[in-house]
Amino acid sequence: MTAIGGARARPTLGRRLRSAAPYLLLLPGGLWLLVFFFVPMATMFSMSLQEGTLATGFQLTFNFEIYPEVIQRWSTQLVRSFQYAFMATVAAILIGYPLAYTIAFRGGRFKSILLLLVILPFFTSYLIRTISWKFILADQGFVLGTLKEIGILESGFHVLATGTAVISGITYNLLPFAVLPIYVSLEKIDKRLLEAAGDLYSSRISTFLRVTLPLSMPGLFAATLLVFIPGFGDFVNAEFLGARDTTMAGNVVQRLFLTNNDYPQAAAISFLMMGLILVGIVLYTRLVGTEELTR
Amino acid sequence: MARAAAAKPLVEPIPAARRRMSLGRRVLHWALPVYTALAVAYLLLPIAVMIIFGFNNPAGRFNFTWQGFTLANYASVFNLPALNTALTNSLIVATISTIVATALGTLIALALTRYQFRGRGPVNLLVFIPIATPEVVLGASLLAMFLAVGMARDIGTITIAHILFNISFVVVTVRARIAGYDRMLEEAAMDLGANEWTTFRKVTFPLIFPGVLAAALLAFALSIDDFVVTLFTAGQTTTFPLWVYGVSRFGVPAEVNVMGTIIFAIALVFILGYIVIQRRSAGSQATLPASIRAPEAER
Repeated sequence: MTAIGGARARPTLGRRLRSAAPYLLLLPGGLWLLVFFFVPMATMFSMSLQEGTLATGFQLTFNFEIYPEVIQRWSTQLVRSFQYAFMATVAAILIGYPLAYTIAFRGGRFKSILLLLVILPFFTSYLIRTISWKFILADQGFVLGTLKEIGILESGFHVLATGTAVISGITYNLLPFAVLPIYVSLEKIDKRLLEAAGDLYSSRISTFLRVTLPLSMPGLFAATLLVFIPGFGDFVNAEFLGARDTTMAGNVVQRLFLTNNDYPQAAAISFLMMGLILVGIVLYTRLVGTEELTR
Repeated sequence: MARAAAAKPLVEPIPAARRRMSLGRRVLHWALPVYTALAVAYLLLPIAVMIIFGFNNPAGRFNFTWQGFTLANYASVFNLPALNTALTNSLIVATISTIVATALGTLIALALTRYQFRGRGPVNLLVFIPIATPEVVLGASLLAMFLAVGMARDIGTITIAHILFNISFVVVTVRARIAGYDRMLEEAAMDLGANEWTTFRKVTFPLIFPGVLAAALLAFALSIDDFVVTLFTAGQTTTFPLWVYGVSRFGVPAEVNVMGTIIFAIALVFILGYIVIQRRSAGSQATLPASIRAPEAER
C-alpha cells in the first residue's frame, strides 16, 4: 500500500529529477575538465600573447607576431618531432601488427599470457624503461661493447645520441599502444569470414589483404593515433637517448618553461603543438577515420 | 552410428596432409610463433636489464657495465630519505587522484550511457580532448594557469593535474563496460518495485563494478608513473618519477633499478591477484552477478 502511495506522489518530481539526472551526473567531472583543461588552455593562449620578462612581469600586448617568430625559430624541432613520431608510428605498426595477429589468431590458450607479456613493460616506470635502453645501447655497454671486442663493429660505432636511438626509444615505449587496439579489432573478426574466403579459393595472402586487413582498420586507426600523439609530444627519449641535434618540440617547451622562464614563447609552441595535433586528428579522421573513436 | 562411420574417412586425410606439409608451408607455420617470441623478448629486455643491474656492484655512479653481484643496493635503497619522501608523495597523489577521478569519471560514464540528453556530442568531445592532448601540452597549460593565478605548486597541484588526466581514462574504461550490459535488468528491477537508488545499489553497481575496478587500477598506474605532467605541476615537490629523473641526470645509481624492480614486483602481484579474482568470479558472473541472485537464495 505504502509503495503505491509513494509511486502516485512521485511522477512530477520523479520525472523532473530524471530529466535533470544526466546533468547532475555530469556536473562534478565536467566542471573539473572545464576548469582544469579548458581554462588552462585559454590561459596558455593568453600567456603566449604577452610580452615581458620574469623580472619585470608580463603584460598582455596581443603580440600575435610571436606565432610566426616561434615557427621560424623552432621549425627544426617541430619538423623533427613530426618525423620522429611518424617513423616511430610506422615502426610500431610494422612490429606490432604481426604480434597482434599471432596473439589473436594463433594465441590459443596462451592468449591471456601473451597479452599480459605485451603490457608488462607498463609495470615499470616510463623513465626507467628508457634509462634501461641507455644501459643496453651504451657505447661500451654489454651489447655494443661485446660486439666491438669481437670485432664485428668498429670501435667508433655508436647508437646513443643519434636520431635512430630516439626513434627506437619512442617505438619501444609506445609499442603496446599499437598492439592492443590492433589485437582488439582482429579478435572481433568473425572467423567464418576467413573460412568463407578460403572456401572461395582465396589464397592466404589475398584473404589477409582483402578480408583481415580491411576489418582491422579501426584498430590500425586507433594504433596510429595512440602512438603518434604521445610520440609527437615526447621529450623523455630525446633527453635520455638523444643529443643536442636530436631535440624535439617537447624539449623546447620544457627548457623554455622550466629553465629559461620564457613563458610567452613556451606557451606559443605548446599551443601550436595542440593546434597541429587537433587539425591532424580532424583531417586524419576525415580521411580514414571511424566513428568509434569519440563514441 | 552410421553417420559417424561415414564421416570417418572424410576426417582422416587431414593429418596425412599435415605430415606432408611442404617446407615453405612449414616455414610459414613457424614464422609467426618465432617472431612473437622475439617480439616479446624485445619488450621484456629492458625489464630484465633493470632487474639484473639492480644486483650490480657499480664502480662509480655509472652503472653501465657489470662489475659483480651484490645485494647491497637492496639494503641501501631504504636509507635514502629523498626517495622515501618521493615514494610517499607518489602514493598520496595516486590514491587521492584515483578515488576522485574514478568517482567523477564513473558518474560521467553513467550519464553518457544511460541517458539521452542534449549536449552529448560536446560532452564526448570534452572527455576525448584531454586524452588526445600531448602530455607536455597538458602540463604546460596547467603550469600557465597556476602561474597566472599565483597558485603555489606543490602536492595539491600535482593531485589536481592527475585527477584531470585520469577522469577521461576512467570514463572510457567504465563506458566500455556499461555498453555491454543489458538495460532490461534495471527495468526489471524497477518493475519489481525497486526505487532508483535500490536499483543502482543492487543491480547497476554490481554490474559495472568490474569496469570501475579496472578503471581505478588504470588510474592508479597512470598516476604513479606520470612524469611529464608532474614535472610541470610539481614545483619543488618530488614524486618517484621525478626522483628518478633527478638522480639519473648525474649518472644512474643502482637504487633506481632496485626501486624499479620492487615496484614491478608489486604491480605484478596485484595484476595476478586481479586475474585470479576475475577468473574465479567469471564462472558465477557468466549470467548474473551474485548480488542479483542473492535474494533468490534468501528465500
